[in-house]
Amino acid sequence: MLTYIIRRLAIAVPTLILVSIFVFTLQKLLPGDPALILAGEDRDPAAIEFVREKYHLNEPIALQYTYWVQGVVQGDMGVSLRSGQPVLKLIADKLPVTIQLAIMALIIAFSIGVPMGILSAVKKGTMLDYAANVVALSGLSIPNFWLGIMLILLVSVNLGWLPASGYESIFVDPLRSLETMIMPAFVLGTSLAATLMRHTRSAMLGVLKADYVRTARAKGLREKVVILKHAFRNALLPVVTLSALLFGELLGGAVLTEQIFTIPGFGKLIVDAVFTRDYAVVQGVVLCAAAGVILINLVADVLYFVVNPRMRSTL
Amino acid sequence: MSAIAEDQLAAAPAQHGGSRPWRKLRANRSALFGFCIVVFFVVIALLAPILPIDDPIATSWSAVRKAPTLAHPMGTDEIGRDIFSRMIWGARASLIAGVISVLLAVALGVPFGLVAGYFGGWLDQVISRATDALLAMPFLILAVALAAFLGPSLTNAMIAIGLSAMPIFIRLTRGQVLSVKTEDYVEGARAVGLNDFSILLRYILPNVFAPVLVQATLTIATAIILEAALSFLGLGQQPPSPSWGSMLNVAKNFLTQAPWMAWWPGAAIFLVVLGFNLLGDGLRDALDPREI
Repeated sequence: MLTYIIRRLAIAVPTLILVSIFVFTLQKLLPGDPALILAGEDRDPAAIEFVREKYHLNEPIALQYTYWVQGVVQGDMGVSLRSGQPVLKLIADKLPVTIQLAIMALIIAFSIGVPMGILSAVKKGTMLDYAANVVALSGLSIPNFWLGIMLILLVSVNLGWLPASGYESIFVDPLRSLETMIMPAFVLGTSLAATLMRHTRSAMLGVLKADYVRTARAKGLREKVVILKHAFRNALLPVVTLSALLFGELLGGAVLTEQIFTIPGFGKLIVDAVFTRDYAVVQGVVLCAAAGVILINLVADVLYFVVNPRMRSTL
Repeated sequence: MSAIAEDQLAAAPAQHGGSRPWRKLRANRSALFGFCIVVFFVVIALLAPILPIDDPIATSWSAVRKAPTLAHPMGTDEIGRDIFSRMIWGARASLIAGVISVLLAVALGVPFGLVAGYFGGWLDQVISRATDALLAMPFLILAVALAAFLGPSLTNAMIAIGLSAMPIFIRLTRGQVLSVKTEDYVEGARAVGLNDFSILLRYILPNVFAPVLVQATLTIATAIILEAALSFLGLGQQPPSPSWGSMLNVAKNFLTQAPWMAWWPGAAIFLVVLGFNLLGDGLRDALDPREI
């Protein structure tokens, strides 16, 4: 058990270091004198000197990286040039919003994708299976920012049922919060639902062929019990593990969804930062997103190992 | 879908000409449908300069935000440009971005994957960890960050998308190389004294071709959505050049006054992406001997 976790960490740590090198290198892509650009549009000589000092721009690049990483490890990702706030604080403020959006999107994705996947596996080869596949493929092909715009057009502009934008914290006014988040969550959940459906279907197809399912049927169990209790329980494991891999997609999708519905989250933070040339914030968001993905994958792998005794023989 | 394809295969007459994968692909109705959609968009994109349509960037203050009519079958936008011709020219931006960025991802990813899989050792370790690192950064967030630092333009959007898609091809190629490198014919080639480069080129690369083709087709679909997404965020194609993503970006400000501005670009992205997805799925069924 411990050996496995250590072995997984031995992969995660170098990956994280490489991510940090990559994120650091991003700022070297900027054309011209980075101090001028990082200081923003004011071009105040004092500000330029401050930036040069702060990022050690006169030092060799390897040393610059070391300083930068030292800061990051201590929670100092630099200061936003726009608001003057520490980048880490900005991210910490926005994160709960995106997490709420992501959780709601996941709930929607699971409640659509998993039943559809089971149904289409059980009815493999029928019209229902075919229709479910068409819906899933459409879900994968529809650009979610267009889906969002069309939903605003239909639900908010024409029907007037839900607000087109705005955000309310779930801790302040839960009902209003759900009302503003349900449409964005649906938009974000759609493509995930499609991916989940496809994976549930193939996992179920694999399990349905297994001997114990045949045995369960031979025992005379009702089909519903066979499918839900014997087959689905075993198909669920790979599906849940896979959803950890969807976390990155969820964060990426949130960038667009938050932009359309003007939700002040993680994704809107990076887009706004891009336009205000707030590069420290851009770097911070990429770094945090990648760290989140690595962490979630690590946890998923370890959990998979814990709940699946068969994995232990691979040690 | 594969079940349907299977039925159709069984029904398909065996005397069709061509190789087995090609026959399989042609017998797959949804793949054929996808192929037709793709061809349709490629043709209109190619013919854009000679089609009898309005100038896509010519503005007309007397025709601002007009609903679809015979003269403007898809209506006009906020400064009186004909949306129909902007849609046709926009197909160019989308397809070029989709294809070029994926070509870039393949051109960079396949060699890295070949080297990592074939030589193994520390080289493999370094390449694989770098791949993990790139994959850990969410596709769109990475593309947005790259576009931010490189500066917003269609070319930079393509570079950003290509770099973000590269790790998929490294991983795919590496896995494929690992599975064929112990085959007898590769051992044989080595025993005969062929150098590593020739073995990679002549005996290993051909095995990588089919899965890379399938993945590339599916990735074009993703790349087109990404280009549209970046343009939608204002980080791709810059105005006044037409692009479906940037058209949607403007359209979202006029939803109440001119909803048609938002209908067409999204529908077109959806269709062309669906086309590439159907074609990619069909190719996979045709080229993969295993049943999914």
